[in-house]
Amino acid sequence: MSTAELTAQDAELPKDLVDTFIDMAAHEHHPRGAAIEALRLVQERFGWINDAHLAHTARILGMSQADLDGIATYFNLLFRKPVGKNVVMLCDSVSCYIMGAEQTRERLCRKLGVKMGETTPDGEFTVLPIVCLGHCDHAPAMLVGKDLFGPVRPEDIDGIIDDIRARKK
Amino acid sequence: MAKIVIDGREVEARSDVNLLQACLEAGEDLPYFCWHPELGSVGACRQCAVKQYANAEDTRGRIVMACMTPVTEGAIISVEDPEAKEFRGEVVEWLMTNHPHDCPVCEEGGECHLQDMTVMTGHRERRYRFDKRTHNNQDLGPFVKHEMNRCIACYRCVRFYRDYAGGQDLGVFASHNNVYFGRHESGTLESPFSGNLIEVCPTGVFTDKPFSKMYSRKWDMRGAPSVCSNCATGCNTIINERAGKVRRTLNRYNDEVNRYFLCDRGRFGHGWVNAPTRLRSAGYVINGDMTPVPAQAALDHFGKIAASGRLVGIGSPRASLESNYALRKLVGAGNFSTGMAEPEHSLVKLAVSLLAAGPARIATMHEMEQADGALILGEDVSATSPRMSLALRQIKRTAFNKAADQARVPHWMDASVRTLGQDTISPLFVVSPTVTDLDGFAQDAIRAMPEDAARLGFAIAHRIDASAPDVAGLSEAEAASASRIAEGLLAAEKPLLVSGLQYASAALLQATANIASALAARGKTPLISFVLPEANSMGLALMGGLSLDEIAAQTADATLIVLENDLSRRLDGAQFEALVGSAASLVVLDHSVTPTAIRSQVTFPSAAYSETDGTLVSAEGRAQRFLQVVYPDAPLQAGWRWIADMAQAAGLSHVQPWARLDDLIAEIAATMPVFARIPEAAPAADYELEGTPLRSQTHRVSGRTAIRANISVRDIPPPSSPDTPLHSTMEGSYSTDMPGTLIPFYQVPGWNSEQSLNRFQQEIGGKMRGGDCGVRLIDAAGGSGTFSSGIPEAFRARAGQVMLLPEARVFGTDEMSMMAQPIADRAAPAVVRVGGTVAEGARVRLSLGGEIFTVDAVSDPSLPEGVATCPPHMVSRSWSVPEWVSLEITAPAERVGTESAV
Repeated sequence: MSTAELTAQDAELPKDLVDTFIDMAAHEHHPRGAAIEALRLVQERFGWINDAHLAHTARILGMSQADLDGIATYFNLLFRKPVGKNVVMLCDSVSCYIMGAEQTRERLCRKLGVKMGETTPDGEFTVLPIVCLGHCDHAPAMLVGKDLFGPVRPEDIDGIIDDIRARKK
Repeated sequence: MAKIVIDGREVEARSDVNLLQACLEAGEDLPYFCWHPELGSVGACRQCAVKQYANAEDTRGRIVMACMTPVTEGAIISVEDPEAKEFRGEVVEWLMTNHPHDCPVCEEGGECHLQDMTVMTGHRERRYRFDKRTHNNQDLGPFVKHEMNRCIACYRCVRFYRDYAGGQDLGVFASHNNVYFGRHESGTLESPFSGNLIEVCPTGVFTDKPFSKMYSRKWDMRGAPSVCSNCATGCNTIINERAGKVRRTLNRYNDEVNRYFLCDRGRFGHGWVNAPTRLRSAGYVINGDMTPVPAQAALDHFGKIAASGRLVGIGSPRASLESNYALRKLVGAGNFSTGMAEPEHSLVKLAVSLLAAGPARIATMHEMEQADGALILGEDVSATSPRMSLALRQIKRTAFNKAADQARVPHWMDASVRTLGQDTISPLFVVSPTVTDLDGFAQDAIRAMPEDAARLGFAIAHRIDASAPDVAGLSEAEAASASRIAEGLLAAEKPLLVSGLQYASAALLQATANIASALAARGKTPLISFVLPEANSMGLALMGGLSLDEIAAQTADATLIVLENDLSRRLDGAQFEALVGSAASLVVLDHSVTPTAIRSQVTFPSAAYSETDGTLVSAEGRAQRFLQVVYPDAPLQAGWRWIADMAQAAGLSHVQPWARLDDLIAEIAATMPVFARIPEAAPAADYELEGTPLRSQTHRVSGRTAIRANISVRDIPPPSSPDTPLHSTMEGSYSTDMPGTLIPFYQVPGWNSEQSLNRFQQEIGGKMRGGDCGVRLIDAAGGSGTFSSGIPEAFRARAGQVMLLPEARVFGTDEMSMMAQPIADRAAPAVVRVGGTVAEGARVRLSLGGEIFTVDAVSDPSLPEGVATCPPHMVSRSWSVPEWVSLEITAPAERVGTESAV
């Protein structure tokens, strides 16, 4: 993690987000109605939701930390731990399993040198399993950031990953 | 009532409950987890599945969740249906996939609802052969132990903690198999009701931490019904003993008082009975040290002292009625003090006279829960009577229920009712000088100094009934508040008024009584409650006596006998010296070493509430008996027995020894009309059920002879006492029809946890099968009452001085509970809260009772300038009454300087 990111972890939320949250809360029947969208916006800005940001968001919405963290930890697409710049999500549901997702997973993990749930040391990729992406007709399906891939065969992995690495540079 | 058919058996069922309750009330063994009699149904665990048939011709039926299905006339259900049984068995098997096999080392083992339910469904063999999910546990503070691996995700804990008790810091995290109940990080649970999680949790996730350190199985402990003595509310408890030590305190159901829950001060505040601060033998104080002497020598010594002059007695609002009466008899009514100093003495008497003469009925806590309009005037109930504040929180639920009635949703359908009610404003008004825990859901939380709160109260009474005196000079905002609260109370069917003695204001009590009279004049039937300071304050006020200030004039050259009372908490240094110094000699009877005992010439060790029987009168005016669970070694005995022995030693024939407690109770009832009904508080010591006394041990208590084999292998007779109706051993009768006042533990075949309580009630949440607990001594006069016109002047800040108000605390300001280690650990250090701004890290220097104290200060913006609060008894031992003080704030920098100079 870079120094900037570490600093951001201790910091409070930036003013524009605070204003947005106050505005969102005012438009809800109960301020806590804005909780999920607020958490999504925090993640969009910082990649994940750290304790300080969660606490600050809870304060704005008039919720206890426990209450808001209950929501944050319930959703598998809200991250309470740091993730890489690219979150790779490989479907592990039935269709993809039948179509060889396990082999794809093995290849993916070997390519990145991490296990499922881990982040590459350079902070570029985090690999996570996910349930059905609704892309069964192209199984095995994989989501990287907002890009959907499929069918992803083991031999496609190198190309996809190298492509993303190249794109970033 | 409706007729329903359960497995071909026709039974009567209440029509406003669900099928699960109906089955349980009909005596069926139907397993459940997420339903709780006080928390209602959410249908989370799927354990109470039964078959329901559309009609007599229907042979297939369908599986329904009993807890989510209302009782309907003619409903046909089957608990024994094979498909329903299989369903329930599978639910348990599925819950058990992640449940560890650690029952032998689990504190819940032997009284575990999950164990009972697993056995009940017949699930015996685990087929799951894979890894179990594991969690990290949290340190939840000195009261509650956390072991998340045992969790079956029934959600009862958060439903109690958040929905029922209003706690914010217990949450539920993650999803699926990973669901986690805990705090957002390790730390002490903030709610003062956290201990109820231990009983609410159906398994061993939340267990009793202090009990765990001196653990014994439920079946190995002796139990006895008791009454909590840590405040004036009089909650009913069960205390457990093994090997002469009190192990834990549990809730004992009393349908009118504490029902299913206790506060943490009550549950964890018993440790002082085992503490080294206990007096275990008679003693002389030599050079400030307690020197044990044989009891007979001490009595002989007392006889010599007493022969030389008059006797003056100081009773105690924390001692039993019986001991106080015995002392009063020994010294004579004219030489007896209630043990309370002014202004407390007069205020308690005023409170009692207002309650007795006024038109309003004293509210039971169950009635408070059901109030549909309430005013709390100038008292932080959440600190002075925590359990009462939990009852007051349920006013919100009562308001929800009204919304539910309109939507035709039954009250037990918990999640639906709470959703329907989420925008309901609860008709609760809080008027207090400081922020209270109840503010959060009150319709109005008004900040006012005690004088101004009383003025507001008088103004409310006038707006309800014009014949009540009006208040001149109210501000516009105050007048508007008064009108709004008056309207709120008039709109209620059962308006409730609560005040108390925290701010030592007679005007507050009178204003509250005025509102009650005004409501009665308008044809309402108001309920009232005054929070009193101690467990037997009400009893002492009814008994009568002089205040400490009055008795001080009579102690010169007299022998002063102090009963279970630490005068240094009531009198400041100079007053204490004057009182003690003027007496020829000081004799103290107490169960613990106190600063007063250390000043005595002779000390006698009296039995604590766990070692003797006695009667306390709660703030509700309810006389309740506590029973002994420990049989203490000599010379410990009840205070009244010591007093009888002392009378004999001194050759005073007007006090003859009482052979049994019942003789003494009968004498009190015969000589003091106000106590005429106290024998009804509990059955007498000769009570028998089915021809034998009740037992206090379970039928499978272990180690009866081995437990003292390290001392001697000889058989010894079981301990006995002429005072208590419970037999000390496992021999005797035990049934679900026992009187509610005599229940030593809850257990029925198949139900080993406290959930077996369902079987002891006439109906779930209703009265005990064995009858009421305690007897109410005060009945309201009825009529419309009279109006007091003692309206105080409005509060005005003084230049150069600060009004110091007592900040009552759940943990820290109570005397005996602070001698229990868990409570002492939980109590936060004393700070002075100062209105306006104070630099961080500042300290204040203040003079209280002639002594100078330096205390940490924090700024409290909710207080007006010129006002500060300080926890009573925590800074100055005696200070507890509002007072003008000069307060010197030391800036943080100076503080560092001072410390380095030291």
